Amino acid sequence: MREMRATARLDAAVLEASTTHSASALHLLLPKWRMAFHRMKQNKRGDFRRTVVVTVLALGFLAATFSIALKLLKYFKGAEDIGAVLAGKVLAMILMAFGSILLLSNVVASLSNFFLARDLDQISAAPVRAWSLYLARLSETALHSSWMVGLLLLPILSAYGVAYHGTLAFIPFAFAVMSAYLLIPSALGASITLLLVNIFPARRTRDLLSVITALSVAGLVLMFRAARPERLVQPEGFKTFTDFIVALDTPSSPWLPSEWVSEALMGWLDDGRVWQPLLQLWALAAVLVLVGGLLHTRFWRRGFSQAQEGQQRRASTNRQRPLLDRALSWLSPVRRELILKELRVFARDSTQWSQLIMLGVLLVVYVANVRYLPLNGEGMTTLLRNIIPFLNLALAGFVLASVAARFVFPSVSLEGRSLWLLRSSPLSMHDLLWAKFWTGVVPLLVVAMALVGATNALLHVQPFVNLVSLVAIAALVFPLTALALAFGTFYPRFDSENAAQIPTSFGGLLFMMTAIVLIGVVAYATGRPAARWVVAGHFGWARDPMQMILPFVVGGLVCLTATIAPMTLARRRLSGLELG
Amino acid sequence: MIEIVGLTKCYGAFTAVDSLDLVIPPGEVFGFLGPNGAGKTTTMRMIAGILQPTAGTVRIAGHDLKTAPLKAKRSLGFIPDRPFIYEKLTGMEFLRFTSGLYGETGPAIEHRGRELLALFDLERWQDELVESYSHGMRQKLIIAGAFVHRPPVIVVDEPMVGLDPKSAKILKDLFREYTHRGHSVMMSTHTLEVTEGMCDRIGIMQRGKLVACGTMQGLRGGASEDDALEDIFLRLTGENVAREVMAVLDA
Repeated sequence: MREMRATARLDAAVLEASTTHSASALHLLLPKWRMAFHRMKQNKRGDFRRTVVVTVLALGFLAATFSIALKLLKYFKGAEDIGAVLAGKVLAMILMAFGSILLLSNVVASLSNFFLARDLDQISAAPVRAWSLYLARLSETALHSSWMVGLLLLPILSAYGVAYHGTLAFIPFAFAVMSAYLLIPSALGASITLLLVNIFPARRTRDLLSVITALSVAGLVLMFRAARPERLVQPEGFKTFTDFIVALDTPSSPWLPSEWVSEALMGWLDDGRVWQPLLQLWALAAVLVLVGGLLHTRFWRRGFSQAQEGQQRRASTNRQRPLLDRALSWLSPVRRELILKELRVFARDSTQWSQLIMLGVLLVVYVANVRYLPLNGEGMTTLLRNIIPFLNLALAGFVLASVAARFVFPSVSLEGRSLWLLRSSPLSMHDLLWAKFWTGVVPLLVVAMALVGATNALLHVQPFVNLVSLVAIAALVFPLTALALAFGTFYPRFDSENAAQIPTSFGGLLFMMTAIVLIGVVAYATGRPAARWVVAGHFGWARDPMQMILPFVVGGLVCLTATIAPMTLARRRLSGLELG
Repeated sequence: MIEIVGLTKCYGAFTAVDSLDLVIPPGEVFGFLGPNGAGKTTTMRMIAGILQPTAGTVRIAGHDLKTAPLKAKRSLGFIPDRPFIYEKLTGMEFLRFTSGLYGETGPAIEHRGRELLALFDLERWQDELVESYSHGMRQKLIIAGAFVHRPPVIVVDEPMVGLDPKSAKILKDLFREYTHRGHSVMMSTHTLEVTEGMCDRIGIMQRGKLVACGTMQGLRGGASEDDALEDIFLRLTGENVAREVMAVLDA
């Protein structure tokens, strides 16, 4: 009986599909094309200047990546027996790292595109087939998640083509290989998200994202460790040269698509197997897209309905004043409520959370890389171990600037249409900005201390070096937060719904450029004298504390000025802002 | 027509819509009333296929929403309470996209789209981006989008919010004329005068249940002929309002 009913339902579905016209995937993508077209057509003040700056920066970055990659590949080519193998191995590793980041980014992007996008209400109320919706959203997800990796791979693959004298035919071949490779994490990510949304109660979207984070971080670190990249630059670590060659020749993970890509591309450039790995890639991509489509046909509607329920979730049923509320009771009511509002809005915005996941992964990879720096070989002295933290200071500063760009910069923009409430209340813009400042500074300080503290501990540095680098990074947090807030106030994007898109604006770029200059100045002012101090101590030279104090005072003053001045300017700007 | 049988929606232990049975025949404007949080929007979103019911069935123009969702949705025009429109599309592009979702394209749709935009005084804005529209203009564009494929059933959540008096009058006339042609309109609103003046039948929802349903005459029951809908509504959903207001102000 049940079978008969199931067959009848299937018949009805097939009949319906064959008799009812439905919008195609291309039609569903139409508004996106049109919107992109209109955006390009709109000429706002400063667009030309913006385009020039972005183009110059992008070209400079691509050229630098290309030349570094080419130099490295030419160096590899010098080693006759193992050059091509080594080049292939490095490519596979780069692709594996990119692949895992792509998978994670696709899982997160799928959650937004398939379940949380605001236009889904209209589309789900219209007679749109599950397959059309799936293909449209998959294309969008793949494009959103992969364009940056694609752009990064462009100079790297070009360097491979040039170094190995690939003909023009290498370009379409590489395109065919990479298209399949980029499609795989997209289709897999969309299916994983679909299953997770259906398994977990949707009202616990954040829990779901936490699970994804934990799994991704673990997976990424494990995969990275499985490849043991440091061994390749340390041939002396192998018993014999033959062992080294064997380690190079054996694919570290023969079932990973990244190995197939490397095999196909190196095969094309160096007369090896080409078509089998290409076929494997496309076969896997096709199977994953097909299986994903079938899963979506079956489970998407249920998952989407559950995601709607999640949006209606009550924030809290606890009638007692929350702990944080009580902990901040020493503040004035206005400041306390502002800080609590900032924290609550942040914690309940799923787009912020997905970005936090990416940040978590990057931080883990960053610390893991320091952990596995090949510092145990001959020639790696205590001296070098104590100099590296100052380089680390600049890198950690850059990481903090990126975090500030992502989480502090959009803060004023995110007030968006609710800014009228704050502007019409008896609240000074000074209070508003400083509330935003402190809610940015505290978590950034925690990240800074954890990042530099963990890397220092892994490197076993001297207490003096530890202290100097911790004080310097802590001092950088304040101006970085103030600058992010100020640039965000001068270049707001009140119309943006997704916090993740706000820092990619022109203002975000200007902030990053200013932040890099500031980090350079502070790292130089504190790192140089401190490194000299360490060197002098190591070789038993005389040390003059005055040579330390003056640059440190300069560094401190720079940080103080770069905190107060942007905050003052931002307050003036916000007070004078005309709201449309 | 819309046929709803035993429609139920639960969020965990909370029942938002409880075993709702309702039929809205062709040619009828049905007014759906109830206090905030009564379950009206949840019901409408289930009828539109955005939310999946926990139990029960919905049939639109004879098509079961569960077994033949495409056919059912093809017969429906849905106007949500919190409309989303692509900010970077023009008004006309939005209408083209919407009609395309229902498989309708070509010169006839272009013509109909322009007519609808003209009806709501949006004609000269048709090639402007939606981001430059006011709230009321967006609402009118959404309404035009629901009518552009001429569905036999219109489900509309809070249609009058943000509309100027002229547009509100046009909309009322449009609904009335539409039902005269044999189509059905299900409308949720808090404007009782609109409901009283426009709707053939009125349903009042309270805590997920339909507590009253019928014509104005039927809802008055044995009570006075002068009873306005407001009196009936308050009697059914919140007769202690005046007392509560005093208590809150004195608190």
